[in-house]
Amino acid sequence: MASMNFIHPTDFKDIARNKKIELAPIPEKVILPLSQHLGAPSEPVVNTGDSVKTGSLIAQAKGFISSNLHSSISGKVIAVEESPHPIAGSSKAIIIESDGQDIKAYLDLVSTKDISSLSKEEVITLIKEAGIVGLGGAMFPLSVKLSPPPAKKIDSLIINGAECEPFLTCDHRLMLEKPKEIILGAQLIAKVLGVEDITIGIEENKLDAIESLNSALFRFKAKGFKVVSLKTRYPQGGEKQLIKTLFNKEVPSGGLPLDIGIVVNNVQTVFAVYEAVYLRKPLYERVITISGSFSNIAKNILVRIGTPIKDILDYCGLSPKLDIYKIVMGGPMTGVAQSDLNAPIIKGTSGILVMDNRFKLGDEELECIRCSRCIEACPVGLMPCMIGLSSKKEKFDIANSYDPSDCIECGSCSFVCPSNIPLVQLIKLAKVKIKTWS
Amino acid sequence: MSKLTVSPSPHIKSGQTTKKIMWAVIISLVPAGIAGVYIYGISSLNVIILSILSCTFTEALFLKFRNRDPKTILDGSAILTGLLLAYNLPPQMPFWIPIVGGVVSIILGKQIFGGLGQNIFNPALVGRAFLQISWPVYMTTWKNPRWWPDAVSSATPLAKEVSSHFSYTDLFLGNHAGSLGEVCVIALLIGALFLLFTKIISLHIPLSFIGTVGVITWIFGKEGFFKGDFIFNMLAGGIILGAFFMATDYVTSPLTKKGKIIFGIGCGALTAIIRLRGGYPEGVCYSILFMNAAVPIIDRFTKTRKYGFARKSPSAITF
Repeated sequence: MASMNFIHPTDFKDIARNKKIELAPIPEKVILPLSQHLGAPSEPVVNTGDSVKTGSLIAQAKGFISSNLHSSISGKVIAVEESPHPIAGSSKAIIIESDGQDIKAYLDLVSTKDISSLSKEEVITLIKEAGIVGLGGAMFPLSVKLSPPPAKKIDSLIINGAECEPFLTCDHRLMLEKPKEIILGAQLIAKVLGVEDITIGIEENKLDAIESLNSALFRFKAKGFKVVSLKTRYPQGGEKQLIKTLFNKEVPSGGLPLDIGIVVNNVQTVFAVYEAVYLRKPLYERVITISGSFSNIAKNILVRIGTPIKDILDYCGLSPKLDIYKIVMGGPMTGVAQSDLNAPIIKGTSGILVMDNRFKLGDEELECIRCSRCIEACPVGLMPCMIGLSSKKEKFDIANSYDPSDCIECGSCSFVCPSNIPLVQLIKLAKVKIKTWS
Repeated sequence: MSKLTVSPSPHIKSGQTTKKIMWAVIISLVPAGIAGVYIYGISSLNVIILSILSCTFTEALFLKFRNRDPKTILDGSAILTGLLLAYNLPPQMPFWIPIVGGVVSIILGKQIFGGLGQNIFNPALVGRAFLQISWPVYMTTWKNPRWWPDAVSSATPLAKEVSSHFSYTDLFLGNHAGSLGEVCVIALLIGALFLLFTKIISLHIPLSFIGTVGVITWIFGKEGFFKGDFIFNMLAGGIILGAFFMATDYVTSPLTKKGKIIFGIGCGALTAIIRLRGGYPEGVCYSILFMNAAVPIIDRFTKTRKYGFARKSPSAITF
């Protein structure tokens, strides 16, 4: 089987690597978009003026591929309206004003049953109710992922601790500080899937995390686990790429990992499963990394979902006088540059990067010189320049013959292009155009 | 807060640019130029300067006609074309020959296709082929190294009747008549190592090119089989310059590794055939030009293997 291509960007992880996870203060107001998962937007079950508690259900899943949404603070619903969204630009959201009390809704639910006696279905129901989605960034509803068609036999569970995006260290910190919870969460998922083998993949720039998990596994005498150290390279945290490095198996084009009997979950997702089942706590907060050009603001923090970016940067001590060039939500390879800092943290947010002029990519776009760097960088084995240039000339039939739909949008091609051609954008364009034909 | 920039991801870049690549190739060619000027005397520097000036000026003029930013000239591609053209010329010739060569290289070799990245043929080789056909006498009037007693009009080692007079050391150091930039193998290899080390070129094309020439000239080089002087053939003439610096030109070579190997083998086979059976003693220039023409078809049949695509048995080719 052919080997896979990777790139090796500077990882910039030293900036935030040693920052312990801090609790962010409770925001005065949260904006909770109804779309922070893949699939249909959730449907509000509260109205303006309603009082809610931290963890109260405020919108429920609409359809099979959708997700529940919970309030991340206690207070009053002040509006349900179009609001800034960090990825979509704007979307309908429930806006809640804090009463400063942070009264928890789920503490009422006392766990009566022993965890080990919970059935598979009961665990899935708890996961579904808690509104857990893939926290690595894809935001795919977890309960759907854990309910494969009966014909598909799942035999491996991979816990994704690769965290291959530069700058980000939130998964790393979580593995260092909450190894036990991650192991318990992984065992729950393994139980649901009926899987014996659990492989945790971690890149070797996080040796301490590997050690942390290994020693926790030893302490709890957890069985069936294997922690694998991976070479540091991008985009190894991509599901399909991780499967290839760990098992040397390939997910068929257009298919899902479950087609070859594998399910992959990010460590934060696994942690959320632990909280949902052991504490009956819905997903309303997550760990994110604040990093970038200014090391004085670098932090790993546990934030309430819905907190505006502005509030978090204020808390981290970002001075508005600084010469800020760009603010990115997510990692530098796939993240989205923000224009409105009122946009909130959503479930799939892994970090906020504040970049200064050193990250200016000023050079203008030149003609493709066919250097083939993008081809040698593409982890899917595509020919990005051929798709990109055909797409630029609006020859989408030619673009289609180079299989743009298999692109995982990792950004490696644009990263290496010496002519500054926005290859990922051109490929995305080709994807959209081709989809609208058929 | 200052105004935030919004741009598509990724937000970091490798730092490699087209301009840096062009200038790195120019730098890698400097040792060979110094060697050439040292061997044939300072007057041969005129050929290099005139060729570069001609290419740069023509490029600037065309950029102006096409309403492009004249700063584009700094991308170094025209300077590189001029340099490569000069390296393919005899060290002494009328001053207007490199000038005409430069104009032809840029106009017929590059700009009529739409400029940088669009040309099918290696521009410098287009210029050289044009000069070779138009003024064959000037293009084959060689000069001996300046320390030789008879200064002018010697044959190159590839001229069949004189090949036995040269030792491998002479070939390696460039102690013989030949084109300006192609004579000193050691200087070229220093530059080539730099390009390999900085990952600007890969070994796919040079190895398959030179290897093929070696194999074919070994088998068919002399009466009977497996008696040819393949080391001579791998060192003499323009093959090192051609294989490392001209056949590897990104724009006019295939995209994938597989394609590059096929391209290199094609260049090598054509070079060997021209050398052994053709009317010209040297075949590097034409073999690269022929293979340049084959690049689109090579690209078409050497697509990459994609992740998640089961290997299929080759299906019928449809046009």
